Amino acid sequence: MTTAIRIRGLTKTYGTHRAVDDLDLDVHEGEVFAFLGPNGAGKTTVVEILEGFRTRDAGEVSVLGTDPHRAPRAWRDRIGIVLQSTGGLDLLTPREILRSTSRAYSTPRDVEEVIVATGLTEKADARISGLSGGQRRRLDVALGIVGRPELLFLDEPTTGFDPQARRDFWDLIRGLAGGGTTILLTTHYLDEAEHLADRVGVIAAGRLLALDTPAALGGRQSQEATVSWEEGGVRHTVRTAEPTAEVARLAARFPGEVPELTVTRPSLEDTYLGLIAPHVSDATEEVLA
Amino acid sequence: MNTLAIGLDRTAVELRMYSREKEAVFFSFLFPVLLLSLFSVIFSGQFADGDGTMTAGRYFLPGMIAAGVLLTSFQTMALSVATERDDGTLKRLRATPMPATSYFLGKVGLVAVSAILQLALLLVLAWALYDVPMPTEGRRWLLLAAVFGLGLVGGTVLGIAYSSLSTARSIGAVVIGPMLVLQFISGVYIGWDSVPGWLQQVAALFPLKWIAQGMRAVFYPDDMAALEMAGVWESDRVLLVLAAWAVGGLVLCVTTFRWYKRGTV
Repeated sequence: MTTAIRIRGLTKTYGTHRAVDDLDLDVHEGEVFAFLGPNGAGKTTVVEILEGFRTRDAGEVSVLGTDPHRAPRAWRDRIGIVLQSTGGLDLLTPREILRSTSRAYSTPRDVEEVIVATGLTEKADARISGLSGGQRRRLDVALGIVGRPELLFLDEPTTGFDPQARRDFWDLIRGLAGGGTTILLTTHYLDEAEHLADRVGVIAAGRLLALDTPAALGGRQSQEATVSWEEGGVRHTVRTAEPTAEVARLAARFPGEVPELTVTRPSLEDTYLGLIAPHVSDATEEVLA
Repeated sequence: MNTLAIGLDRTAVELRMYSREKEAVFFSFLFPVLLLSLFSVIFSGQFADGDGTMTAGRYFLPGMIAAGVLLTSFQTMALSVATERDDGTLKRLRATPMPATSYFLGKVGLVAVSAILQLALLLVLAWALYDVPMPTEGRRWLLLAAVFGLGLVGGTVLGIAYSSLSTARSIGAVVIGPMLVLQFISGVYIGWDSVPGWLQQVAALFPLKWIAQGMRAVFYPDDMAALEMAGVWESDRVLLVLAAWAVGGLVLCVTTFRWYKRGTV
């Protein structure tokens, strides 16, 4: 598998605060990778170093084979960036800014296709200042993908979305990933990481605490599952390492359906909160400071 | 697409944004036109007893053209670049393969188009409504083009450099206040010969005075040169000073330009 992003020993300090602390990571070509972490964890710092916006204090970084700090213009032709902050462009319309932006790229996507794909058809000719938060964010994504990037950075793309807008957005990202685009996203929404990412890196206080598939993160797969059902109006719960056997026993005991049967594993949220717990108070203080 | 083609596209985008911003259109584009009309009407009585070669319109036209040059270049650039830096537009552009030169070409295009339109509007208005005689000699038109062009280049690069001094929130006050003072002491709203000598010396430190002086040399009768500081038009010196401002401004612009808001990198 080819490596799209390679990070070794990355360190970035602001004053006395270590925002990124000796980080190693590989993101493979065609992969959707999610950085998951609380506010102030260092996600945006890492991503902006990868995007070539911030300098680093130490370490090696290679993005599509190039050091982003010294990247030529041709490199920007191959990447798409959706920044965390959104603003400006108020006086233009989505179609105008998309057309203009697409002209800077060597092999841009068709603007009309991008407008349809991002669900902006109705607002394509409206002033950007009048867009809702979700529409505005979709425009940011449209601007990020209009250049047909090989690698797309998404920094907290769905903050402030309503549930339906988030689902639509996920479909859009999955579509891009299906088309072969490598995607690096940061999020503090667990369900987003679980839905979209092939692999998740949990980051707090500038360090990578865990790195795995969403299903296996923090040893979730090997932990005990909880089997639960109702019998005679009472809820029964059994914690077991062999939930399949437990369900088989229940199936044999009940004539038809087992009432209200559920089998659950520790949620990603439980695992995540356990991982970041030692760092959360630190991160909060840094944000306040 | 090459740098020039993207630059032209940026010009179209810039013009679209400019024309949709009513405050900008009024305070930088229409303001000198409006003031020329007002002054021509209000002060017409003061010029009634002369021999008719000098009218209020002719008296104030050079200053208004000069103010327009700095409003459409310096003021527009300082305000728009500071805003674009703070709202992330510049960072967004930096994230694309757009060449930096294309961005600046777009700005230059915006300034050139709006300033030429404004100049045309001022000249037509002065000629048609206020009977200001247009120059008949080619050398005067040449001087107009040179002073206008150098003034615009200097104003544009100085405006872009000046945008780094402040944030979007306060750039309005930081630009418009000094610009207003400069217009008063450089012979725009008050006749140059009515400005006290020591204030003329202060005004001579900034480009506006020189643009206005060059424009007076274009539109005033030659015997009016007696009212200048040196008693002559000094056209060569005007061009030299404006060229120096343009070069100095370009150096300042290139060395101080930032794509990102302070404290975000």
